[in-house]
Amino acid sequence: MHAAPGIYQGAANVIAALMLLLEFGMLRQALVRDQVRLYVAQSALISVLAVVIAADRNLPDLYAVAALSAALKVFAVPYVLRRLLGGPASEEPPGVAGSHTLSPATAVLVCIGLAAFGFFCFGSLGIHSPQAPALALAFAAAMVFVSFGLMIVRRDVASQAIGFFSLENAVSLAALVLAAGLPLLLETAFLFDLLLAVVVFGMLIRAQHARAESLSTADLSRLRG
Amino acid sequence: MIGVILAILIVPLAAGIASFLVPARVAAGITIASGIAAFGLVLALIPSVAHGTLNYLGYLRADAVSGVFLLATGFLYAVVAGYAAGYLKDRTDRYSRRFYLGFNVFAGAMLAAPLMGSLALLWIAIEVTTVVSALLVAIENTDGAAEASWKYVLIASAGLGLGLLATIFAYYAGAQVLGPHFSLAIDPLIRAGSRLPKTPVELAFLLAVLGYGTKTGLVPVHTWLPDAHSEAPTPVSALLSGALLATSFYAILRFYQFTAAALGSGFPRDTLLAFGIASLLLASLYVFGQRDAKRLLAYSSVEHMGILAIGVSFGAPLALAGVLLHVMAHAAAKGSAFMGAGVFTVKYRTKQMHAMRDGVRLLPWSGPLFLLAIFALSAFPPFGIFRSEFQIVAGGLGSGHYAAAAVLVVLVTVAFFGLAASATGMLLGPAPAASPPGAPAEPPPAALPPAPPPPGEPSVWMVVPVLAGLAVLVLLGVHPPAELTNLITQAAAQLGLRGTP
Repeated sequence: MHAAPGIYQGAANVIAALMLLLEFGMLRQALVRDQVRLYVAQSALISVLAVVIAADRNLPDLYAVAALSAALKVFAVPYVLRRLLGGPASEEPPGVAGSHTLSPATAVLVCIGLAAFGFFCFGSLGIHSPQAPALALAFAAAMVFVSFGLMIVRRDVASQAIGFFSLENAVSLAALVLAAGLPLLLETAFLFDLLLAVVVFGMLIRAQHARAESLSTADLSRLRG
Repeated sequence: MIGVILAILIVPLAAGIASFLVPARVAAGITIASGIAAFGLVLALIPSVAHGTLNYLGYLRADAVSGVFLLATGFLYAVVAGYAAGYLKDRTDRYSRRFYLGFNVFAGAMLAAPLMGSLALLWIAIEVTTVVSALLVAIENTDGAAEASWKYVLIASAGLGLGLLATIFAYYAGAQVLGPHFSLAIDPLIRAGSRLPKTPVELAFLLAVLGYGTKTGLVPVHTWLPDAHSEAPTPVSALLSGALLATSFYAILRFYQFTAAALGSGFPRDTLLAFGIASLLLASLYVFGQRDAKRLLAYSSVEHMGILAIGVSFGAPLALAGVLLHVMAHAAAKGSAFMGAGVFTVKYRTKQMHAMRDGVRLLPWSGPLFLLAIFALSAFPPFGIFRSEFQIVAGGLGSGHYAAAAVLVVLVTVAFFGLAASATGMLLGPAPAASPPGAPAEPPPAALPPAPPPPGEPSVWMVVPVLAGLAVLVLLGVHPPAELTNLITQAAAQLGLRGTP
């Protein structure tokens, strides 16, 4: 019989499950501003998890990581995204709504399949320790698959960028679960790198918006790989 | 040597910033000086790394394997910097300054990657190459460039997300043996060897091949590559193909080293063989039917990355030495071929090969040089790729991989026919007539094919770098310098002996 999980493991598992649910919310959501709100909530959960781990395992570096992560993902990235989307908050930028390649219901069903695949594959690998709850890792793997699904099923640059940023959240979740002791310098460098990626994504989104007066990728079909 | 390593990191970055602040002509000079200086610094580093591993400040590291990749990137940075001066001569000052800023920072990030002593920093350096080069791909501000850069940044960044996951699993594996404050340094991970837990290491390697393989251009995660290579300005295409793909392959090699130390070399070699064969097969077929000269060369890059993966999968010291020589020879050959193709695109004002005809007459230098570069890419003697592929095949046969070696030879031959057919058409095909035979006496102007451009080279700056690339290829093929042979031998030993417990 399995012992009940401790506070840290329980918190990690619950936060990971909530993050996966928010990922599905982003997938389902038709409006990009709502996707950004869900991304903010997901990013805030990452910071909460970092604080829980820092307290439970006495890793003071993680408090700094939590603060940096919150500053970047809860405030800076959403601010940049909202600026790029432009216009009043009540107005959706052109080319986002209805950019699903599959109907929302079908997309969610497909991604449930992907999430289940990732969850059970990684859950069955047996990678766990008192510091690394296997369930949270499995949720992170499921999030990776759903974020790929989000990038694939949406045909607008804003949703695809949010898909990438949420992929980064999934990797951050895995990093907190598996590599909480990683030196602060490297954690900071990862976050700085995310900031660079955000800037470049932002520049390319702005260029696409200026060129096509739409965020849709429907016209990005001339090149065939 | 710490000064040399720091200089390699700082010089391109400083050149990039300076280039943005000065007029374009001065920026071109600064970039050429930076390229030559960086290559000189790499040459100064080689004797030291050939005799042992250098570790500084806990995060900087260079060994013989790093040296090989630094040489390839350093050389290409120097020659392409010269080429860019000719390529950009008709561009606006603002465009050129932005170009040189990105170009130097891009080269600097590629030079930094092999000098990183930690898998985490290696990932960061490669991610920086992605974000900078995506902007360079977009710099032309055309519909094609916008599409290619978006696909590139999205696919490559997603791939690098998997690369980061691989790095985290590598940390988890290392921390089980080396303690929680393990900094993802490469050497302790390799030394930990068979004490590392198997499942996380397997997962880390698979994710690394998928993640970094996306940037290397391994099939099936190569789809950004032909688009980005064809839509980028030609100097950027040359760096992307000759240096960036190899730099990403370098990351795979670092994962290969500790995976082979932990699990034995069977699993990583089989994985690389599968990706290598798939890449070589698809690319050798896709070179047929390409209409865009730069896309043709892009698929050739996928082919050569497949050859590298197959060469490592053979595992024999001779094949590994061939792989490392191939990294350098491919950089020189693909750089030369892209630079040659760039002369054609400037001359004919199109990338479509059917519109490029009579190149031997119209481009008396660049035409034949482009053909030689294609022959070099196709592993003709006396060029370096002939030697490297010969070593890879001989190593494969010597280690009992008869079927894979035979497949490699067949597919390389197939690719040669595709490349040669396209290149000879561009060079020897008849020039478009002023009016087609049998045309009406006064056809509408739109029906007339464009008049052939007058003979002559667009710029001497676009010829000399190709000559330099071909000269290096002959040197690598006929008589590689003793220091280089020593470096490659040491690097192959590091990959092979350390990698097999």
